[in-house]
Parts: sequence; C-alpha cells; structure tokens
Amino acid sequence: MPDRYRAIEVRDLVKRYRGARHDVLRGVSFEVAEGGSLCLVGPNGAGKSTVLSILATTMTLTDGSARVMGHDVLTDHALVRRELGVVFQQPSLDLNLSAEANLRMHAILYGMFPWRPTYRLMAAAYRHRAEAFAEMFGVADELHLPTRALSGGMRRRVELFRALFHDPRVLILDEPTAGLDTEIRDTFWAYLDQRRRARCMTIVFTTHLHQEDAHADTVCALSEGRIAASMLP
Amino acid sequence: MIIDRTVTRAASGSELSALLIVAQRDVSKFLHDRARLVVSLAFPLIVIAGLGGVLGPVLARVPGLDATTFAFTGVLAATLFQSAAMGIISLIEDRETDFSREMFVSPVRRITIVAGKLAGESIVALCQGAAVLIVAPLLGVRPTFAQLVVLLPTAIACSVSGAAFGLVTLVSLPSRRTAQHVFSFLILPQFALSGVLAPLHGLSPVLNAISYLMPLRYAADLMRAAFYAGTPHYAASVSENPVVDALVLSVFTCLCLVVGSRVFARSERTR
Repeated sequence: MPDRYRAIEVRDLVKRYRGARHDVLRGVSFEVAEGGSLCLVGPNGAGKSTVLSILATTMTLTDGSARVMGHDVLTDHALVRRELGVVFQQPSLDLNLSAEANLRMHAILYGMFPWRPTYRLMAAAYRHRAEAFAEMFGVADELHLPTRALSGGMRRRVELFRALFHDPRVLILDEPTAGLDTEIRDTFWAYLDQRRRARCMTIVFTTHLHQEDAHADTVCALSEGRIAASMLP
Repeated sequence: MIIDRTVTRAASGSELSALLIVAQRDVSKFLHDRARLVVSLAFPLIVIAGLGGVLGPVLARVPGLDATTFAFTGVLAATLFQSAAMGIISLIEDRETDFSREMFVSPVRRITIVAGKLAGESIVALCQGAAVLIVAPLLGVRPTFAQLVVLLPTAIACSVSGAAFGLVTLVSLPSRRTAQHVFSFLILPQFALSGVLAPLHGLSPVLNAISYLMPLRYAADLMRAAFYAGTPHYAASVSENPVVDALVLSVFTCLCLVVGSRVFARSERTR
C-alpha cells in the first residue's frame, strides 16, 4: 500500500506497563487505508485499549512503531493529535460542567473557535453546530444541563458527538456504543458510515458487540497481546 | 444527517484561547462549590482572629506593631499561596476521572494546559484573598487604597508561586488522597517557619537556615513589604529586601513551571 494511502500503520508494537512482568502487547502489526475501518476484538485484557491509547498518544510504546496519517506517534504526537477524534472506554466528561460547556471546551482546545466566556458569546457557527449535533444525537433538551444530571447513556452520546465535533480525519473509538440503546447506536453508525464515504474518515474501534463488526472493512482478533486472526467481517 | 464543515481553524490565538478555557473551568468549579467557598473564607479569618490574638504578647515586644495586622498580612500571603498550590490537586482529580485524557489528546501544547491550570487556580486563590480583604475591617485591619494597589501585584505573585509549588510537588503523585497527605506535610512546616504568624527574629541558626528553603517565607515577606511600605513598622515587620523576595519567587516559579509541566506530561504518557 503506498504511504499516502496508509492512514494508520502499526509495526511490531510492544507494550509493557511500568512494574509489569509481562508485555501486554507482543508484536502487533496492522495497517488501515485512508477511509478504511478496522475493528479490534478480543477478550478483556487482550490489549485492545492499549493499542488505541498508543495511537491516541496518551500512552508511550515500549518497542515497535505506530504512525497516524504518516506521523510517528512517539515523535510527532502534536501532528497526530490534530488528525484524531477519540472516544475513550472510560467516561471522560467533566461532570461539573454542562454538556455544552464540555463541548465548548473541546471546540476551543481543538482551535475551532476562539474563547468566549459563555455559550451566548460564542460564534454563531459554533452555536448552530452544537445545536445540530445535539439534535442529531438526541440530547438537544439536555445540552445545557449539568452532565452529572444525565444518565450514563446520555453522557455517552455527549462523548460521541464531542469526538466528532471537530470533524477528525481519524476516529479512535474504544467500545463507543457501550450503554447506548439500539436506536442511537444505529444513528451513530449510520452517521459514521456516511462520514467515511463523504470525507474519507478512517476509523479504528473496539467492540464486544458482534453486530458492530459489520461496520469494519477488517476485523482483527487480539489474544494475549498478539493478533490471532485477521478477517473480513 | 450530515453537517457541512463550516469551521475554520483559528491558528493564531488558539493556544491563548485554550489557556483561557482551562482556567475558566477551574474558576467555574470553585464558584459552584459552596462548601469550598465557605471554608476558604472562614479558615483565614479564624486563623487571623484566633492566632493573631494569641500571639499578641509575643509581638508586644515591638512597640506599635499590631498582632492582628501582622498575622493578617502573613495569613493573606499563606492563603493565596496555599489555595493556589492545593488547587493543583485538581490535575490529579482530572487524571482519576479520566478528564485529563480529553485535554491531552487535543492538539494543545502541554505547557498551555498546565499554564491554564496555574492561571485558573491563581484566580481562585485571588478570589479567596479578595474575600479576606473585604472582611478585614471586621478584624480591625483597614488597608488604605494605596496599600491595596500595592497588594494586588504582590497577591498575584503569591498565588502564581503557590500554584507552581503545587505543580512541582504534587503533580506526579498517584492519587488525590496521597496528594492531600503530602501537601499537609509540605505546608505545615512552612506555616511555622515562614513567619506567617510571628516574626522570624530569634530562630535558632538551624531553623533559620531551613526557613530560607521555604518559598512561603518570601511570599509572606513580600506581602508585608507591600503592606508596611512607608510605615514606621516596616523595619520590624520585613526581614528581606523586597527585591530579593520578588527575585527568589520569580526564579522559583519559572523553575517549578518548567520542571512541573515536564513531569506531568511524562507521567500522563508513561503510565
């Protein structure tokens, strides 16, 4: 595959946590073409989240290499982050803020809009976009409520649309639809499939739901830190 | 439904915007935390009113020097320093709740995030300091307008140096509980050896040498230099040249910022 078509390239990835006796990843390798989609499956502890954390630059690798849109995750992490949208397995919302305030923080951190102290003072483009996303993900009525007051499923929806809000070229999703009902899960995947086609968005995700494999071009089964099988969904 | 991309990335000023939103989040959290608001106001007042009175006989050796006013200036500096330092524990809290990952996968420089935290916690500390100043007349301390003007930059220096101290000492600790224990261990000796409540005259040479290692010593001394400037009690209240205090605090703050932000970024990535 020519370099310019490789959105993600992972070579012989090894990871050992500090103080651990064994490697959690033992030479994982895969590639994802630009606009492609890869699903990592496997039992708990297989190393799926570790692979995604390394790609998201929130964790260092012990050996091997990983590149996102041609940028090395170890040396060019600032360039890698510009390309990414990430949904973590664990919730990462500030529960003291409203859903909108969480979103505003995200938009400003990603350099989409300049800082303004309140929602009303933010650029009109931001407000329109926030309302449209909230509508699409079914949280329009909850947008200005404290996140603490939302149910687990609602919080997950907020995290999903926050990750998509800056229109990333690469999406990293760690069990993104855990806790969501079927309807919103279908909406989410339908939106992602459209974005993949329209904007060549690349997706790497993990899941425990077999029916979600269908959204991937390739499924890699991880077992004990290695890719045990690579297959079509 | 597809939403067209209408976003233009503002390259210039985005780091400043990021710093401001990180700072705003901390201030917003403080203003919504009623318990913290009450405690942050009550604690310095109790210390000033209580210990200031108890230490009156000690200070009576210096004619005309009021114990409550002396304690007020020290406690004001300590409140700013301590509050800003302790606020940095919220970085650990963010890590525990995984919110820090949301900040750390963004394309913002690490130093910007850390500077935003420092700015936010410094503003929180300044709010607490302002509240203490507002109720100071109830304790019999009435700063003049000129004194308030000079106190403002001094208060900023105390807050920022406190936040930097918190950053370098607490940020690599594994949990909030550990950080709170370590913080008590680090701040209590400073209260005793930095001249917060009583002058440092008469300390043994060993304790005096140790007190020079306490950053709060320079913060409290700088605060007193600002408050007592031009008064007859200046010489009895201030132990160092304020230029030396300011210089030590500046160098200390810069060093802590550089080391602390590196340690924090590293601890986030090498888990």
